[in-house]
Amino acid sequence: MMLVAEQIVNGLQLGVMLFLISAGLTLVFGVMGLVNLTHGSLYMIGAYVGATVVNKTSSFILGGLCGIAAAAAAGGAVEFLVLRKLYQRSFLDQVLATYGLILFFNEGTTILWGRQPIYTDIPAMLASSVDLLPGFSYQVYRLFIIAVGLMVAAGLYILITKTRIGMLIRAGATHRDMVRALGINIRLLYTAIFGLGALLAGLAGFLAAPIFAVQVGMGEQILVLGFVVIIIGGVGSIRGALAGAVLVGLVDTLTRAFLPGLFRSVMEANQASSLGAALSSIVVYLLMAIILIWRPKGLFPANQ
Amino acid sequence: MTIAEAVVLVTGRRTWRDFAVLGGALILIAFPLIAQAFGYSFLVSIGGRMLIYALAASSLNLALGYGGMVSLGHAAFLGLGGYTAAILTFHHFDDSLLFGFIPGTNNALIVVMASMLVAALFAAATGALALRTSGVHFLMITLAFGQMIYYLFVALKSYGGDDGLRLRRANEFLGVSLRDDVTLYYVCLAVLFAYFVLAGRFINSRFGFVVRGSRESERRMAHFGYRTFRYKLVCYTIAGSVAGLAGALLANHERFVSPDLMHWTKSSELLVMVVLGGIATRYGALIGAIVLIGMESLLSSITDHWMFVLGPLLVAIVLFNRRGLAGRE
Repeated sequence: MMLVAEQIVNGLQLGVMLFLISAGLTLVFGVMGLVNLTHGSLYMIGAYVGATVVNKTSSFILGGLCGIAAAAAAGGAVEFLVLRKLYQRSFLDQVLATYGLILFFNEGTTILWGRQPIYTDIPAMLASSVDLLPGFSYQVYRLFIIAVGLMVAAGLYILITKTRIGMLIRAGATHRDMVRALGINIRLLYTAIFGLGALLAGLAGFLAAPIFAVQVGMGEQILVLGFVVIIIGGVGSIRGALAGAVLVGLVDTLTRAFLPGLFRSVMEANQASSLGAALSSIVVYLLMAIILIWRPKGLFPANQ
Repeated sequence: MTIAEAVVLVTGRRTWRDFAVLGGALILIAFPLIAQAFGYSFLVSIGGRMLIYALAASSLNLALGYGGMVSLGHAAFLGLGGYTAAILTFHHFDDSLLFGFIPGTNNALIVVMASMLVAALFAAATGALALRTSGVHFLMITLAFGQMIYYLFVALKSYGGDDGLRLRRANEFLGVSLRDDVTLYYVCLAVLFAYFVLAGRFINSRFGFVVRGSRESERRMAHFGYRTFRYKLVCYTIAGSVAGLAGALLANHERFVSPDLMHWTKSSELLVMVVLGGIATRYGALIGAIVLIGMESLLSSITDHWMFVLGPLLVAIVLFNRRGLAGRE
């Protein structure tokens, strides 16, 4: 029972990470119509810079600020130099150009930091454990991630539903030309949204650094899951991104934890663990397929 | 009589493009002989790889260029074809049964047909789901399905998992082994030639017109009374099975398969080949494959960090080369 509770919280934590990634992806795509594969690279940059600064200065907060700033700066440069020329182009061109940028960022990271993954410690303040239930203690840092994610979700919700910028974002997602016709500086809006997405990706990368290995390629791994999340949740919808992220996080974590055991009770151990591992690694994609059959536009389509 | 008129008289009404194609074909045929004559035998192997990727990229072009289905999971078919070949070969030399009842084989023809079948089945199953959507959704879903297959094979420890699977020996057909680089090169060239002929007929058939029509306007074709979903699904399945064939050839070429073969970056590479050469052109993917693999081989021989150069190069190609190297057909 404790094990199930622990895995549920683990799943929530993964879900929150995925939300930070997919919120940016879904906003950028929903409003600007841009498929941005470099989003994963921004996550990687946040992780690398953050972890390096933390290791050098042993200041968690400074590391966080630097990681987020680096991701935002890289995002801004990419938007200004390349992506700005791609808004009017087909998404095929966007995919190819951002794929080229991924090669550039991955290899650049290899040149700067080498091929070995780098590690960083959880800050002492957050390294302890607390009792969530009697007999069920949980690491504070992972709870901290969940809290940050939920705060971001709440902040985005307020930003999008209650503020003028949020109104423009919503209007831009559905009636782009009308927003432009009303004299809104759409280019500035685009840059702001892109910056926001980059910031969140950097934050996610920085938060992930102490618990995942910081290595080249970490960005693409989470990017693909981010795509799965926004397909499940409905492209362009923040609410959908949150629901999809938590769903994917929970399903992925729980099947990885319990599927092999479940198989072991009906077949021999060796076969069970390999089949269990294989199946649990594809189960989120099967989930996506099922949801697509049921609702081709995702759970919470944006333009309704 | 001018020279131009004389040429027309001798050759019939031909354009410079026909001569370019003829010249290109002659170069491809003579390439292994020339490379060997000058002592660059290793180039034959690179040439074989170019042809195999040209086949895979051409099949993607069929779905993407003519069918308008922009897929980012095409490498899954390549990988499935490759793994089918490798696994059948593995069981042949291991004297064991696949799934407990399928014997392995080393017969190239059977291996290739099995690879095409497996890839086609996967294409039909995932295509039926993915084609419920279109555009960017289609792209993301094919990407996700491709990654699904990737992680599945990473987790399959009995076939090497992450480390991949080595073919103990290349497949054979009628006593001819595909081990020799030159033999394999000509087999690939023959397959590619056959593909160009068949694909050309397919594209200009009634079926091909429906597929191309639904690329232009799905709604219009629906109003004409065509069920575009079926046409697109068949086109996607054919494209998948051809990529599976390329995978089987690639497995023989490298005598090794690994999950990297189906990683989405491989799909992106195929996309780059298609766009570089020219979308919806007959020979564009071939030109794209030759140029991209040539660039990769050249850059990687100069520096370890060749992707650092190739990445921005790709960005520049996308920004400035909007039509593709093959030009307009």
